[in-house]
Amino acid sequence: MRAAGYMRFELLRTFRNRRFLLFSLAFPLGLYFVIAVPSRDEQSLGGSGIPAPVYFMVSLAAFGTMNAVLSAGARIAVERAVGWNRQLRITPLSTRAYLRAKAVTAYATALVTIALLYAAGGSLGVSLTAGSWLRMTALLLVGLVPFAALGILIGHLVSADSVGPAMGGVTAVLALLGGVWFPIGGGVLHVVSQALPSYWLVQASRVATGGSGWGGEGWLVVTAWTVVLSAGARRAFERDTKRA
Amino acid sequence: MARNGSLRPQAGIELRGLVKSFRSPRGPVQAVRGVDITIEPGETVALLGPNGAGKSTTIDMLLGLLPPDSGTVSVFGVRPADAIAGGAVGAMLQTGALIRDLSVRELIEMMASLYPNPLRVDEVVELVGLDGIAERRTQKLSGGETQRVRFALALVSNPELLVLDEPTVAMDVEGRHAFWTTMRAFAARGKTVLFATHYLEEADAYADRAVLMAQGAVVADGPTTEIKAMVGTRTIRATLPGVELERLQSLAGVARAERRGAAIVLSCTDSDGALRALLAQYPDTRDIEVGGAGLEQAFLQLTAAAEVE
Repeated sequence: MRAAGYMRFELLRTFRNRRFLLFSLAFPLGLYFVIAVPSRDEQSLGGSGIPAPVYFMVSLAAFGTMNAVLSAGARIAVERAVGWNRQLRITPLSTRAYLRAKAVTAYATALVTIALLYAAGGSLGVSLTAGSWLRMTALLLVGLVPFAALGILIGHLVSADSVGPAMGGVTAVLALLGGVWFPIGGGVLHVVSQALPSYWLVQASRVATGGSGWGGEGWLVVTAWTVVLSAGARRAFERDTKRA
Repeated sequence: MARNGSLRPQAGIELRGLVKSFRSPRGPVQAVRGVDITIEPGETVALLGPNGAGKSTTIDMLLGLLPPDSGTVSVFGVRPADAIAGGAVGAMLQTGALIRDLSVRELIEMMASLYPNPLRVDEVVELVGLDGIAERRTQKLSGGETQRVRFALALVSNPELLVLDEPTVAMDVEGRHAFWTTMRAFAARGKTVLFATHYLEEADAYADRAVLMAQGAVVADGPTTEIKAMVGTRTIRATLPGVELERLQSLAGVARAERRGAAIVLSCTDSDGALRALLAQYPDTRDIEVGGAGLEQAFLQLTAAAEVE
């Protein structure tokens, strides 16, 4: 298990990275208290049927994990720019193992973000059955798959200089339209919103209301984005490897 | 994950008929045009040549980072990718920074974890002289320190073949000396080493053999003493207006004459004889300078000779 050693140091690097600590951990956690405390007694936020502390707990976990997973992709762009990927290509670490390590690292960091927000939710009185916590977590982790693919895609298409703004822009739009800051009401915006993977990430909070979570539409959207973005990521990755 | 079964260190390295072109705005540029190099196991070989000679392109093909347009590469009897997957190759590429947020020691450990048979990290830290900076984060290193860490990353894999592409470029004199001492110690363990350089002195001092490249082709291949004799030409520069180049060219000991304004530049096979002949025929020659030819110039002469043949 040679990739295990590599992964260990990838994790170490990630948790030493200020950008990660700020955007994936500190920022969502701080915002949760800022947003959720004033509205903690609201039982149906914006008519969504979901209590505000639960909604924001999941929406900010979605925001933080989205950042964590996308920034793993951004790191690929930086490593390509400094020639580190060439250095790795002359080691026994296969490119597949490299991408797998990136994905596992991203997920490990996402789990930390989720755990922190669950703890924060608990401190504001969020209480769910064990089964609901697990289902919610599972939906969040599945909902992140298209973002992992998007991260790899952007990491291979964008230069190291522009990867920051690119990721920032993508995250901001997906977060806003996905309903991270407030539930998206009816109308055209709602239709657009429902077609985005970030919307369904946030909708993992439906579990708390006793529902099964996404329903057919959610699974369809998440699956479609996963297929499209994975194909894109694979192409970008293969083209990059060939160009060397 | 195990070492490839058919990897045979005794097979050495074989590059056969390598050709590589790149696209450029002015049409395709042939970077490497038909390179054949054989390296015996345990040999230390210098790939010598000026910038743009095709050294790095050749090395990239040797490492499987670049597919050749035609020709074959065999590293210890297998394809480069298989030799690399087996952990038999360590390389320090010409360019490349380090990833951040790890200490020097951690980065070396990370690299060591990828190989089946690495050296001990402590041993490498000591060998490369990184004791003082082992706990420092990689983003806080100077250029020379970064180069040394990159050398350590290539060494820790304990490779059968060590490839170094212009390794001493960012190092100071002291750093260079320490670097080559370490390289020699590693080669003495029976390892095969290939390094690219544009310093004849480095090739002369540290390689068993030099392969001389210019304009994408091998122009000489032999013991460094032979190479030294081949590029040991001298130049005479002087002020001498209004003389026909052809007459200068016919002077004894002159290989080639050029004019730069009022000045002439004579490339000589025998600079002493050429100087005597020059002064005998043109006593009003002024501002005479005799110097060693730059390697670059010597290379160009060799290639020019190769093309005429």
